[in-house]
Amino acid sequence: MWRRLRPWWFPLGLLLLLELHLRSLAAGSDSLAPPIAALRAFAGAARDGSLWQATLFTLGAAASGLAVAAALAIPLGITLGLSPRASRLSALSIELLRPIPSVALIPLAMLVFGFGLRMETSVVAFASFWPMLILTRAAVSQVEPRLLEVSQVLALSPWQRGLKIVLPAIVPRLFVALRLGVAVSLVVAVTVEIAANPNGMGYAMMIAQQSLDPALMLAWLGWIGVVGYAINLAALMLQQRVARAMGAAE
Amino acid sequence: MKPARLSPLDALGSVAVTLALVALWWAASHGGWISRVFLPTPEATFASLREGLDGGELAQFAQATTWRMVEGWLLASLLGVALGALIGVSARARAYLQPTLEFVRPLPASALLPLAISIFGLSPNMVLAVVAFGAMWPVLLGTIHGFAAVEPRLLEVSRCLQLSRIDFILKIGLPNALPDILAGMRLSLTVALIVAVVGEMIASQPGLGQAILLAARAFRASELFAGIVLLGLIGLASNALLGLAEHKLLKWQSP
Repeated sequence: MWRRLRPWWFPLGLLLLLELHLRSLAAGSDSLAPPIAALRAFAGAARDGSLWQATLFTLGAAASGLAVAAALAIPLGITLGLSPRASRLSALSIELLRPIPSVALIPLAMLVFGFGLRMETSVVAFASFWPMLILTRAAVSQVEPRLLEVSQVLALSPWQRGLKIVLPAIVPRLFVALRLGVAVSLVVAVTVEIAANPNGMGYAMMIAQQSLDPALMLAWLGWIGVVGYAINLAALMLQQRVARAMGAAE
Repeated sequence: MKPARLSPLDALGSVAVTLALVALWWAASHGGWISRVFLPTPEATFASLREGLDGGELAQFAQATTWRMVEGWLLASLLGVALGALIGVSARARAYLQPTLEFVRPLPASALLPLAISIFGLSPNMVLAVVAFGAMWPVLLGTIHGFAAVEPRLLEVSRCLQLSRIDFILKIGLPNALPDILAGMRLSLTVALIVAVVGEMIASQPGLGQAILLAARAFRASELFAGIVLLGLIGLASNALLGLAEHKLLKWQSP
């Protein structure tokens, strides 16, 4: 019983200290707020609907960016994985483009799309494209060689080989790539909102800070943490379920 | 999967593919497929790059950003390894602290910028603090994981030898956690560059982040592209250097 409570003491103690500090020594601070005030601000944002609107925007942008990245990265990754020569020939270009920090594209996306959903989608797509491409390529190159030989014996066309042999074989690993993509896309979506895009959770947090409302700012910070944790956990569970269903030994 | 050894032919082909992509860029900008407002020609980008690096401001900005990244990353690595060793060495500390740390892990580092602005104000040290804090996470969790995964027999050996806790950390824990630490440090270098750029953008600190934002607002696409190219080069060079260091440091593990 006590053992199960162990993870909770540290965060609860920290919050309690913060609460006490901001109720006594630093009362009326403009930069921080007591956790209970943050909870109240959170409830207020949930009641007036701004919480859900901003959350939906961020999640929508992250999801659409991830969808674009997956639609591009998975076919390309399969192609590169199936052909070692294509993989070698593209290696230099990939290694040159991949290290560009995704945030460097925020100003470019601003220039091309203006503010809004498309701009955020494009940056998220760029950021999650690379890890998914690399993981898909690696997944395909680790497909059991005998399966590929079978496809040769059956004289399958490259298209059929991809669809009937390779794709089912890499599904568990694709979900690993997807899970990584989910983590990247959420982080990048919030980052884009903090840096530039006047929408979503990141922007709501920036605005709370700029209007000297530390309670609301901390409420957003906590909420971003909870949403990120929940979605990452969901992605992990989905990946593990798929891995079990496909009989892969992780 | 890394292409282990490129044959000369493949290396040549690889370069040719990259050149073909640049040629495509050239054609797209010259042929007017994409407006020049968004996509400058490669020559214009190169000219901006040369002009900026040769006595222009771009060189200073690149230096400032690189320093911010490296300083934050070094701080993050030191703090991450030290804290990680302290937490990782005790199973009890792990049981109490690790769930909280895992909860904070998916939080975007840049989400701490508003909090840091409200506490420290818009100063260069604020950005540095967020870079260090955000980049510390992968190293911290990597170190804890490395300590938690120490072979149980080594634990028994150290108990038999009556090693003090410090000796255990230095002689068994850290060498064992080295691969995890280095993997964390590699990730944290990427985080450090990203947070440094975002910090420069929103706190208006001199650096490439601010430079590309201003270039975009003034519709100077060639300068924007020059900044993006430089950021890509910084990312590429730092990653390559770290990869080299990793290879050297881990040689003893796989003879």
